[in-house]
Amino acid sequence: MTALLSTVVWLPILAGVGVLFTGSDRHANYARWLALGGAIAGFVVALPLYIGFDHHAHGMQFVELAPWIESYNINYHLGIDGISLLLILMNTFTTVLVVLAGWQVIDRRVAQYMAALLILSGMMNGVFCALDAALFYVFFESTLIPMFIIIGVWGGPNRVYAALKFFLYTLLGSLLTLVAFVYLYTASGGSFALLDYYGLQIPMAAQILLFIAFFAAFAVKVPMFPVHTWLPDAHVEAPTGGSVVLAAVMLKLGAYGFIRLSLPILPDASHVLAPMVIGLSLIAVVYIGLVALVQTDMKKLIAYSSISHMGFVTLGIFLFSPLGMEGAVMQMVSHGFVSGALFLCVGVLYDRMHSRLIADYGGVANKMPVFAAFFMLFAMANSGLPGTSGFVGEFLVVLGAMHANFWYAAIAATTLLFGAAYTLWMYKRVIFGVIANAQVKSLVDLKAREGLVLALVALAILGMGLYPQAFAGVLHYSVNDLLALAIKSKI
Amino acid sequence: MAYEIPDLLLAAPEIFMLTMVSIILIVDLFLPDRRRVWTYILTQVTLVAAAGIILVAGGEDVAYTFNGMFVGDPMADVLKITVCLTVAVMLAYSRSYAQVRGMYRGEFFVLSLFATLGMMVMISANHFLVLYLGLELMSLSLYAMVALPRDSGISTEAAMKYFVLGALSSGMLLYGISMIYGATGSLDITEVAQRIADGDAIPTILIFGLVFVVAGIGFKLGAVPFHMWIPDVYHGAPTAVTLLIGTAPKLAAFAFIIRLLVQALGLQQLLVEWQQMLVLLTVASLALGNITAIAQTNLKRMLAYSTISHMGFLLLGILSGTIDGFSAAMFYTMVYVLMGLGTFGMILLLSREGFEAENLEDFKGLNQRNPWYAFVMLMLMFSMTGIPPTVGFWAKLFVLQAALATGYVWLVVIAVLFSVIGAFYYLRVVKLMYFDAPTDTHAIEAYADVRALMSVNGLAIIVLGLTPGALLALCQRAIQLSL
Repeated sequence: MTALLSTVVWLPILAGVGVLFTGSDRHANYARWLALGGAIAGFVVALPLYIGFDHHAHGMQFVELAPWIESYNINYHLGIDGISLLLILMNTFTTVLVVLAGWQVIDRRVAQYMAALLILSGMMNGVFCALDAALFYVFFESTLIPMFIIIGVWGGPNRVYAALKFFLYTLLGSLLTLVAFVYLYTASGGSFALLDYYGLQIPMAAQILLFIAFFAAFAVKVPMFPVHTWLPDAHVEAPTGGSVVLAAVMLKLGAYGFIRLSLPILPDASHVLAPMVIGLSLIAVVYIGLVALVQTDMKKLIAYSSISHMGFVTLGIFLFSPLGMEGAVMQMVSHGFVSGALFLCVGVLYDRMHSRLIADYGGVANKMPVFAAFFMLFAMANSGLPGTSGFVGEFLVVLGAMHANFWYAAIAATTLLFGAAYTLWMYKRVIFGVIANAQVKSLVDLKAREGLVLALVALAILGMGLYPQAFAGVLHYSVNDLLALAIKSKI
Repeated sequence: MAYEIPDLLLAAPEIFMLTMVSIILIVDLFLPDRRRVWTYILTQVTLVAAAGIILVAGGEDVAYTFNGMFVGDPMADVLKITVCLTVAVMLAYSRSYAQVRGMYRGEFFVLSLFATLGMMVMISANHFLVLYLGLELMSLSLYAMVALPRDSGISTEAAMKYFVLGALSSGMLLYGISMIYGATGSLDITEVAQRIADGDAIPTILIFGLVFVVAGIGFKLGAVPFHMWIPDVYHGAPTAVTLLIGTAPKLAAFAFIIRLLVQALGLQQLLVEWQQMLVLLTVASLALGNITAIAQTNLKRMLAYSTISHMGFLLLGILSGTIDGFSAAMFYTMVYVLMGLGTFGMILLLSREGFEAENLEDFKGLNQRNPWYAFVMLMLMFSMTGIPPTVGFWAKLFVLQAALATGYVWLVVIAVLFSVIGAFYYLRVVKLMYFDAPTDTHAIEAYADVRALMSVNGLAIIVLGLTPGALLALCQRAIQLSL
């Protein structure tokens, strides 16, 4: 037994606490460099997971098990499969980006900002590798605290409303999950181990109720139509780094919850209620796609685009096919990169012009050609262009949907249309055309630091688009194992 | 009947405490104002020494003395030690507050000690009359303490309300106890339980008595619909006294519930009766406490309503009627006391001469004034909400688990929904501290020991949140060995 996973979880958290101790803004540069060091170290210690991961092994790997609260049989139980592995890598990678992205933009209470990001990153790693329900919940719920602070302290003018809405919305959902966990603990005769729940017989009525309880938490987090309304508010008000983490990683907690909990623990209820989830996913894909089309605020547009893309993820998960599930996970990772990249781009513009309104821009390409090129790539990835990461997941999910039902696939495929429409139309209005006003005229192109951030994420997007096998390779066994559990009746 | 000398060792902490209070009372008379610190030191020494005596004298067995009127068991030991330490911390926190408000006098310390003694007697009572004796000793000391700032209209009013309602509740309790006496012919808790088990009790009268006893308990805890005094007293009392009322007596009240409801009247048929009553109290407390707290602008009043909702959670653990439930409730009480100490302590810390930091507005921008205290308060608020990784989360989880295991799924869902409502007003404090700019820029000054204690208090919230196992095991063991 190694402590690799513990390192991945706790290193960013400890680094965050360390950053906190650099104190006031007089030592802001210490905080920045320490945070960058912590973020890079967090990514580096996660790499051995990928290298050492056995592609052909069933079950969990790198397992750590130690008693935590013995009288309630709660264990410190960590372990990952291919799905968690990809999400952990994506999370630690994103952390490096957001630390860099907030380097100068955040100029007050720098230490606290950087610390919140790092602690959040560690907690989310914890969610992705927790195998004990109580541990899972602790990590899942505690992520709310740093995010609440990030939105509320460094956010826009309406930040208080957005932060409170974000917190209360997600809290309501997750507390019902807590009740579900407590029920499962009682029903399983006193165990919080997720792997025990996988084999637990649960009557249908209870399964439905538990599914709804889980659904309340995860659907809000994803977010699915119609409980998505907190996301545009949170995104618009959050600082760039907050938006990136929120879109890239935090939304994945919900989808991950469906994969890790709902499907294998409650297979029968999942099957019965799958049409509902698929219906809501398709509504998200189409309706929210249309909503995105009419946005005048860039951040809002990307937020709605996120919801629409996450609709693909939930669709893929509830198809119960290897294609759909693999597509969903690929889409999760890809969406992490792409939406993060888009928010970073908007951040770059916002830092210069202090406006997110599309109408205030036009002809940016004339002044920022390098930026325009990067933005182009990300816009294409968001539309699902082959060769970028956005294509892989969407294509697999559509294929999976086609196997299940022609109409699922037909409706889902409209996203290729809408996605291209809203992304490229926004791109056209912001980047092309004649220079709209004096402010745009005074724009300067990317600084080295900004260029580095965008180049890193562009690399990830292209890498995943051109050689998806590097990502999909770790998924096959995990997805098949999971689906085997998800199709076995437990009544 | 030959006279037996009671086992005095069992009551040694109480005897020590009483002796020391009497000594302090006399010593204080001969101290000039500038030497008042000696009263303070003596008081602290007494409290810590009493805790030490309990620790040394305590064992793992249940023993009775004074003809079975007084009991010493592990639960009593744990609770009494916590009470003594809580009062010690409370006195440390309120030292400078009391100094600048003319409350730094002998009465303040002596009354605190008498209240502590009352709580200790309550916790160890095995006889209805001893229970009542302890309760009154505690209550009367607290009434007087609320009225310490005698020129303050609001404090005097609070003291009056507290006294009248407290007397009323004591009356109800006594009436209930007299009915139980009528039904069973005994006031001894062990004997009452025995008579009920043998079927010698008259059921109708017993149930009637039970209703009044539950009402009395509801008053002392501050559960709805017997909560009227809580907001006014919390608000009106000087903050140092609010801190005392809001913390240690909850421990005594927990013991009170265990002795009365569980040990005396906890047998199967009666258990079902009082479970139903407590369900009503729980739901009403959770609803009213959480919803009304939202409307408050005064932090002390808000915390008063929040206490009401916390008592709802405590009752949730009790009404599950299992050993797990009682341990969870005991854990909840201890955690609540820890959080209460921190929160009220923070109000004391921010207060200074001529200024009470009791309005929510006073916490504006605390993060810019002092990031560390803001962080401590942040943790306290999230702990009260029940968000991990704070210990408040575990307290709620264990209570919910116990209630759910008994089959109260709907009650658990209600409790959870109301905690979301409750989250709003705790978050508002965080919002004020972190998102708003400060309006008050005075430096925060405090004695070094207070600063250290406050830091320990805040860290305990996280450390216990990461490793709740030891405290939980302590509570479970105490309950298992005592019941």
